[in-house]
Amino acid sequence: MIKNIELSRKKITAIDSAKQLRRRELSQKIAFALIWLAGLFAVAVLLLIIYYVVSNGFKVIDLEFLTTRPAGGVSGKGGISTTIVTTLYLVILTIAIAAPLGIGTAIYMVEYAVELSGKKGFLTALVNLIRTSVEILAGVPSIIFGLFGFAVFVSYMKLKFSLLSAGLSGACLVLPLIIRTTEEALLTVPQSYREGSLALGTTKWQTIFSVILPSALPGIITGIVLSVGRVIAETAVFWVTLGGSYRLPKNLLSSGRTMALHVYMLASETRAFDKALGTSAILILIIIGLNLAINITSRHFYKRFSGK
Amino acid sequence: MTEKINENGKTKIRVEDFNLFYGKFQALQHITIEIPGNRITSIIGPSGCGKSTFIRSFNRMNELIPGVRTEGRILLDDKNIFDIDPVELRKQVGMVFQRPNPFPKTIFENIAFGPRAHGIRDRRILEEIVEKSLKQAVLWDEVKDNLNKSGLALSGGQQQRLCIARALAVEPEVILMDEPASALDPIATLKIEELIQQLKEKYTIVIVTHNMQQAARASDYTLFFNMAENRAGYLVESGKTTDIFTNPKNELTEQYISGRFG
Repeated sequence: MIKNIELSRKKITAIDSAKQLRRRELSQKIAFALIWLAGLFAVAVLLLIIYYVVSNGFKVIDLEFLTTRPAGGVSGKGGISTTIVTTLYLVILTIAIAAPLGIGTAIYMVEYAVELSGKKGFLTALVNLIRTSVEILAGVPSIIFGLFGFAVFVSYMKLKFSLLSAGLSGACLVLPLIIRTTEEALLTVPQSYREGSLALGTTKWQTIFSVILPSALPGIITGIVLSVGRVIAETAVFWVTLGGSYRLPKNLLSSGRTMALHVYMLASETRAFDKALGTSAILILIIIGLNLAINITSRHFYKRFSGK
Repeated sequence: MTEKINENGKTKIRVEDFNLFYGKFQALQHITIEIPGNRITSIIGPSGCGKSTFIRSFNRMNELIPGVRTEGRILLDDKNIFDIDPVELRKQVGMVFQRPNPFPKTIFENIAFGPRAHGIRDRRILEEIVEKSLKQAVLWDEVKDNLNKSGLALSGGQQQRLCIARALAVEPEVILMDEPASALDPIATLKIEELIQQLKEKYTIVIVTHNMQQAARASDYTLFFNMAENRAGYLVESGKTTDIFTNPKNELTEQYISGRFG
């Protein structure tokens, strides 16, 4: 209620609005400048690293470097052909183990475990335990996954230093990442899709498989591609589970050497620092390529779903 | 005490002393009513009186919410729906929601989704169903050349008709509509109302509406719900729409339809 209409209509002249506005605009400009600087700094550092690695690395990259296998020994002679193939094998194996497990866990937690909310009992406790474990696992340093893999897969299960040991350990490493990204993706699927589908007389699984998973697919793919990047970039885990053989792995129980591991070994045990940089350059290009792939797929899906 | 609101038609849904609880909170109390077949029955009442909860009981959609408990019976063609598997029940009792919710699929796939889930694989049969459903939903002429476009690319009114077509495609007997036009503009609303009139020849329609003109225009029978002291929804009055709107027996109904509360 306005008691005094005259007073409320009176213009308050105590504030010099023009001066105020100038001061506010100035502080906005300063804030913008600082934010811009911070952004520029981050981008500049990143570009500098990429430039350093790629420009130095490209000196050794040629077709021969890519197609011959490392010679071994302290000279660091030879190329990186087998490490590229081993990396590819390991990525496929790790994702083949981790993706079904991770996606399945996330589906269970988002789509099935909700029915338990509010109830007390064994299953509710189990779901809470899974959720907490995933959060903790996501923050565990990778060397600990490596030691775990070494103790369980390499020693106890007698899988030795092998692709299989490394793939299982790598799966443990990326599992939390896949679970979390899939969970996020499923949670963003509108409840109205679930209701709309169930109201047509579909079973819960039909709804999950045909409506929810396709809608969550971009997010799930992003999680998987991030995991691929994680496997490609990882050294600590594979250092203690994959061994370091520079030969091409013959089967799942063969030892091997990924590109990242090769970089580490070249830099720490040989004189071929230039070849370490060359391998790194190729690694960086692959990671950039993967990120582009994420962008393109998510844009593609966005277009398809929004119908624009 | 069963309230007869239908003199000659056949009863499609019979609700007997139905109570619904969200945990300890009672949302619906002692509802007993018969809903006639091949007619449009509208449910009106102030916000929070349990209209949506009531129709979501007919296809057991409330069971998706943890902690829901019901008492009493709802009979669909003399069969208690709580004895029918909810998946089977929802095939017979379709639903259209307040906000259009097409799937992020093509128009064709949106409609073929239901029949396909029920086991129809033959592409030719699916094409027939899609065409028939879209025609029934008066959307065919607008989209027949663009069946591979995303359902989300349609306008709001078209999306809602797509959702109606999607519900029709599984050939239900009853269609529940939860304020189907509340998110639409007046012209799209009018189209939906015309469509509902055509659908009653083949289907039993129960529609929740906030809009009293809509109930008066578009329905044959009207149920008026209100909130009791304990905030539970109950049925105040039911009858032919013309009677309810011109000659309400209950004082509350009269106050509500004349806009004095709600």
